[in-house]
Amino acid sequence: MVPLSWYLILSAGLFSIGLFGVLTRRNAVAILLGVELMLNSVNVNLAAFWRYGDVTQMAGQVFAIIVFAVAAAEVAVGLALVISVYRKRNTVIADDIDLMKW
Amino acid sequence: MTTETLIWLIPLPPILAFFLIVLFTNKSKALSHTIGVGAAALSWLASMVVFFRAIGVEHLGEHPFESSLNWLPTGDTFLKIGVLIDPVGAAVLFFVSITIFMIFLYSVGYHNFGQPKGDHDVAGLPPHGATVEEHGRKHVVPSIEPMYSRFFAFLGLFAFGMYTLVVSDNLLTLFVGWEIMGLCSYLLIGFWYGKPSARNAAIKAFMTTRVGDVFMLLGIAFLYWATGTLSFREIFTEETLHILGTTMTPIFGLSAAGLIALLLFIGTVGKSAQWPLHVWLPDAMEGPTPVSAMIHAATMVSAGVYAVIRMFPLLTTDFNGHELTTAMSVVAFIGAFTALFAATIAVAQNDIKRVLAYSTISQLGFMIAALGIGAYVAAVFHLITHAFFKALLFLGSGSVIHGMEHGVLHTGNHETDPQNMFNMGGLRNKMPITFWTFLIGGFALSGFPILTAGFWSKDEILADAFGHGHMAVFITLAVAAFMTAFYTMRQITLTFLGEPRTKEAEHAQETPWTMTAPLVVLAFFAVTYGWVGIPEHFPLFGGLVPNWFHEFVGGTLAEHPEALEFNVVPLLTSLFVALGGLFFGWLAYRNVQTPAEDKFQIPVLKNKWYFDEAYDFLFVKPAYWFSETFVSAWMDKGVIDGILHTFGKVTQFLGDIIRNYFDLPVINRFFGDGTADATQWVGRNLRPIQTGRVQQYFMLALVIFIVVGAALYYLLLA
Amino acid sequence: MTAEQIVFLIVALVTLGSAFMVVTTRNLIHAALWLVATLFGVAVVYALLNAGFLAVVQVVVYIGAIAILFIFAVMLTRKDARDSGPQTHKNWWVGALLAVASYLGLSALVLGWSGSSKAAAGLPSGFDAVGQLGEALTSPNAYVLPFEVASVLLLAALVGAVYVAFNRK
Repeated sequence: MVPLSWYLILSAGLFSIGLFGVLTRRNAVAILLGVELMLNSVNVNLAAFWRYGDVTQMAGQVFAIIVFAVAAAEVAVGLALVISVYRKRNTVIADDIDLMKW
Repeated sequence: MTTETLIWLIPLPPILAFFLIVLFTNKSKALSHTIGVGAAALSWLASMVVFFRAIGVEHLGEHPFESSLNWLPTGDTFLKIGVLIDPVGAAVLFFVSITIFMIFLYSVGYHNFGQPKGDHDVAGLPPHGATVEEHGRKHVVPSIEPMYSRFFAFLGLFAFGMYTLVVSDNLLTLFVGWEIMGLCSYLLIGFWYGKPSARNAAIKAFMTTRVGDVFMLLGIAFLYWATGTLSFREIFTEETLHILGTTMTPIFGLSAAGLIALLLFIGTVGKSAQWPLHVWLPDAMEGPTPVSAMIHAATMVSAGVYAVIRMFPLLTTDFNGHELTTAMSVVAFIGAFTALFAATIAVAQNDIKRVLAYSTISQLGFMIAALGIGAYVAAVFHLITHAFFKALLFLGSGSVIHGMEHGVLHTGNHETDPQNMFNMGGLRNKMPITFWTFLIGGFALSGFPILTAGFWSKDEILADAFGHGHMAVFITLAVAAFMTAFYTMRQITLTFLGEPRTKEAEHAQETPWTMTAPLVVLAFFAVTYGWVGIPEHFPLFGGLVPNWFHEFVGGTLAEHPEALEFNVVPLLTSLFVALGGLFFGWLAYRNVQTPAEDKFQIPVLKNKWYFDEAYDFLFVKPAYWFSETFVSAWMDKGVIDGILHTFGKVTQFLGDIIRNYFDLPVINRFFGDGTADATQWVGRNLRPIQTGRVQQYFMLALVIFIVVGAALYYLLLA
Repeated sequence: MTAEQIVFLIVALVTLGSAFMVVTTRNLIHAALWLVATLFGVAVVYALLNAGFLAVVQVVVYIGAIAILFIFAVMLTRKDARDSGPQTHKNWWVGALLAVASYLGLSALVLGWSGSSKAAAGLPSGFDAVGQLGEALTSPNAYVLPFEVASVLLLAALVGAVYVAFNRK
């Protein structure tokens, strides 16, 4: 039998890898890829807690589905932004998009 | 209507007239004078009814007409106001109502009603005359007074004050009427306020009488404190008078009654222009002549004497009939002194109205002296006869001036003073009615024997003084009476007799009927009123007519005064002073043409014994010095401003210290600039982390999150 | 070690390995393909957890829609998505440290928690997970409101994406 901690540690690993991607990749699309990894780790968590808790309470799964919807929305808007920035500034390098500096 | 109700109503018509004229009818001259004269007539009518009902009552003194009502609650008791007509009140009401009515009527003519508007008359100055074209010729006629309506309004207010004073049954409303008259006196003397002399005279009159009024108010306050009432009938009971008479005060060893009487008497000194507060009355002649007649001869100055008459029981508390009390001595002295003193000045005056003014002061002195020696009935008698003949003389002088102004307008020479007697002469032919009435008035003033009222009243005062052994008063008054006759004859001679001394006098004209009719009426009383008071034991005439006046007025007092034994000395004295004075007056002045020929133009008399100069030096100049130099320059600008400037300097010094040693270094440099510098330094050093790079922000946020989270975890949970 | 544990470990290793490749590979197309592999791994994990519906949605939505969307985006921004040159900025070690720190921190929390070692209870007999989930999503007593809000969010994202990326010319 697989204990709960295994799933949680898998989730933590997935999350940390996603975080690493978000923090270090220069390309904005790649950053979004990292974000997807982090979202998936959350979903793994939600599903695991559902399965190891009271299975008749569907909250875990319901929230996982809502995370799917949020992820879909996030990707749609995020990629639209990337494309829009790319059109205007001809770049998708996050470090070059620094208009908010002093 | 009961008599009491009627008495309440007597003062009302004039005050209503005042408000009607001021508020509604002041645009219409005819309507205004109709209302004014009508109101005076109504009050006169009511007064006559009251008077005749009063003389029909037996023992009116014990049972006067009286009515009072609660007015002001003062703790447990009420301050009452009310009306009272006792014999004195009735007698005074009689002459007051007649003279007021006559003077209202006279004013219509005096202010040239019916004449055209002046060419260049302005409000506040006497009318200068109007040019009219008649039969192709231009000539100048008198013009109507610009403030005609206002004059009648003021007269109405004044009449209200006088009636209030006469019918009052208490000192409070008496004082109210007294002050209303004081105000009206100020307004009417300053009626032609465009003239600086009139303005100054108004202020002088107001200020001088104010001195007296303050003391009078003190007296009223003292009386109220001592007795708890101001009603005459309640004060003049035997117990109250006894208490007041036996209470001693620390001032000059006077009893409370004496002190109160003297304080009230000072009010009279101001109002009746007795020495030393006489200075305002001659200057008050700046006002229109009806004003001089009404206020300054017949009514207001009489009010002063009337107040003393009212307070007579208080004045004579402890009077045993022979030895004068201190208070009475003071009153007698002031009266007698004033009588002589004013008579000497009158001799040297050239202004027709000023002579009469000093004559008024002198005659009021007679009355005061009479009251001072306890001659109650004689004083009231002289008060009434004097009111008639002095009003007559004033109105006559107004008529003369009016006639002279006519002459001035005719010749166009405005240099000629229409009031200077040396510009007159021979007016008897030009103005016959004025002449004869003036002659009657003058003879009454002089005390021309038997015929005139003045003789009987003055004789009674002299007889009283002689009969009770007050020889000093007797001699002083006799000399004053002689001088009275002398200056009166001088006046008549200079004005009416001889030949005209100027062109203006040649063209003088008789005045309209509204002015002469009052003269005739007053002349009638100036002659006949004396006959009601002929002493019973007088040779030839005594007993022909009962001495009604003595009986009637004497009944006012609780203790009826005894009729005097006849004595031939005062009779001969008054015969001599009257006839002698008149004769010498005629003798001395029948040929005098210019002031230079007048032997009595002695500087000290001409300048009124330098009283104006003395007062100017003693009071006016010090007052100016006190206000301008002492208060303004020294106290205010020196001390007060000095203190304030010192405060200012000290404050500025402190301010400098705080600014230079605290504000600038600590607040500005340290807190102000220091905070800014620190903020700038922090900002400058924090600026590099604002890279605008999202990932760096995120990293920083995570670093802080992890550090803080770990710290919290180990601090709180582990 | 049971067969289930072995299966789990294999799936987990594949998932983590492919995830690692997603964030480290230089070629973004490859990265997107590695993401597909990772998502498959996660779908298997769902299946292991008896969440069949989630596993199916994972495959359909993530792999079928989102991953494809990424590939399109990479191709549309082809100019910068060069395969040569570093794909990380010069501060990558800070990110690495932070990632390791967060992994260690999370692991420590998990292992320190007593409830983490418990085993899953068996499913009740005849338990219909998909039916239960459907009812929970549509029942007014449960999660219909968040569900509808999620639909509104999707609509807003749809409109917003079109608006932001629309080429105004």
